[in-house]
Amino acid sequence: MKQLLTGNEAAAEAAILAGCRYYYGYPITPQNELINYMSIRMPEVGGTFIQAESEIAAISMVHGSAAAGGRTMTSSSSPGISLKQEGISYLAGSELPCVIVNIQRGGPGLGDISASQADYFQAVKGGGHGDYHTIVLAPSSAQEMADLVYDAFDLADKYRTPVLILGDAQIGQLVEPVEFRKKSQKILPPKDWALTGAKGRKKNVIKSFYPVKGQLEEFNAHLQKKLKGIEKHEVRYEAVNIHKADVILIAYGTSARICKEVVKKSHQFEFKVGLIRPVTLWPFPKEIIRKMAEKVQCLLTVEMSAGQMVEDVRLAAEGRCPVHFYGRTGGGVPTSLEIIRKIVEIVPDNQAATTLLQLAEVK
Amino acid sequence: MQAIYEKPKTLTDAPTHFCPGCGHGIVLRLIAEIIDAWGIRDKTIGLAPVGCSVLAYNYLDIDMCEAAHGRPPAVATGIKRVHPDHIVFTYQGDGDLAAIGTAEIIHAANRGENITFIFVNNAIYGMTNGQMAPTTLLNQKTATTPAGRDALNYGYPIRVCELLAVLDGSSYLERVSLSSPGNIRKTKKALEKGFKTQIEKKGFSLIEILSPCPIYWRMDANEAMKYIDEEMSRTFPLGVVKDWEHKN
Repeated sequence: MKQLLTGNEAAAEAAILAGCRYYYGYPITPQNELINYMSIRMPEVGGTFIQAESEIAAISMVHGSAAAGGRTMTSSSSPGISLKQEGISYLAGSELPCVIVNIQRGGPGLGDISASQADYFQAVKGGGHGDYHTIVLAPSSAQEMADLVYDAFDLADKYRTPVLILGDAQIGQLVEPVEFRKKSQKILPPKDWALTGAKGRKKNVIKSFYPVKGQLEEFNAHLQKKLKGIEKHEVRYEAVNIHKADVILIAYGTSARICKEVVKKSHQFEFKVGLIRPVTLWPFPKEIIRKMAEKVQCLLTVEMSAGQMVEDVRLAAEGRCPVHFYGRTGGGVPTSLEIIRKIVEIVPDNQAATTLLQLAEVK
Repeated sequence: MQAIYEKPKTLTDAPTHFCPGCGHGIVLRLIAEIIDAWGIRDKTIGLAPVGCSVLAYNYLDIDMCEAAHGRPPAVATGIKRVHPDHIVFTYQGDGDLAAIGTAEIIHAANRGENITFIFVNNAIYGMTNGQMAPTTLLNQKTATTPAGRDALNYGYPIRVCELLAVLDGSSYLERVSLSSPGNIRKTKKALEKGFKTQIEKKGFSLIEILSPCPIYWRMDANEAMKYIDEEMSRTFPLGVVKDWEHKN
């Protein structure tokens, strides 16, 4: 049965259906539908809802419930996610599974409350101190928000790692039909490391402190090996009309929705535009970008930022073709016309692209 | 032959990293004695903070979790919600609980979290070589108050029990010290009362323990114990500050 829900509510309900019973949050726009929904639904399913005194406390409560073996989640928006970075680093260092939702808003500082993708660097490069990554999933609809939150809990448990859902104000607040999937049957490793009281076994200690020389390097080698495994097995992306494309757009989330419109328009003409939409921002879909960089005239990265993911696209393309960027910041959302203009600018002698622009402008 | 004194089972054989004359070993032993005597090792979960007390998990043979600096009350809250019938306690120093973690302890008390908080107050940052703590006494010399703490520049020592007592959510608050065998016995009784408060689901309990740090107080062990009795206890009066049995 389909229900009309905001992306934020879809995230909350999917978490509950995935077995999340411990939610800790702090109000911040534009993710308030999520915390409000949890305050109603968690008591209904016998779960825990706490409105924490701060973002730092909320992520620390997540730390506790994860250490105790529970499925747990917190959510916030950009300035709040900055505050949570301390906790996320400790969760990564303690190898604790949890899900964190970031419904991005404009920054830096207090910024504004409209959609933005300016937290990309923070999300995919670790965010807090130390050598680590979290898995980063980027939904581009309310339905995909539900699906990815669902998967996020399994991925978190499978790899004992925090998983970040990177949405934005549009994805969080748009209202779309959502259908919830049944509980996954994936067999996950037992949580024999969890703190349950040392009954009939040796004590379990959850920690990230390795003061004896050599131990921390050993732990980091283990962590990096795990991350390499995630890079190998968990890359996800959506490819739209890439195989005959002259230019491929690279975009995620809200930007990708607009890029899809450009792809659709372009296919009425000889000039072909394709789209690679990373669903996992970390691990980043490097292979497909590298492969396609050999075949197209150029790549164009479209973001609601001053140019962040474009750096990873350039690293993936390894100089095989030019990588261009178009972005808007501070709550600005690129339009399909702006993107087509940019395409004409980067392939100036192409008559078909110019015709596309002329027709788009008339419309 | 009858053993009249031995190492509690819950205390491991790990060599101590604490400095000579430090009070932490005494408190950890008292906790281990209670866990043994009450047979609660299987259902007790401890929280270690950042500071000298972080390695508590090396000495106690129970499930334990490390928390970021100041965050044990929030992390403990997350654990207790998963295991409401387990006994959850934090083991925190003064920098952790009364400086960087002030918000977390106040709000844990305000929610009336049914957790036992063990607060070791030695009026100094031992782990980082003796800087001022929020509980450093007026005129006390530390690495960052070389001329002594003056209220104008550095504020006043924070009395945590009194601060938390005004919150409706706190149930049992007592301040004790390690300055003599008699005071150590009182400390054990206070810890027992704290755990009892939690087992009987009476809510938030905190035991503040005045503890010596002779190395960074620049004193010998005897002088440090005297300093607790003659100086520290004047700023931080010993006794029950709040008790759910006789709510005052």
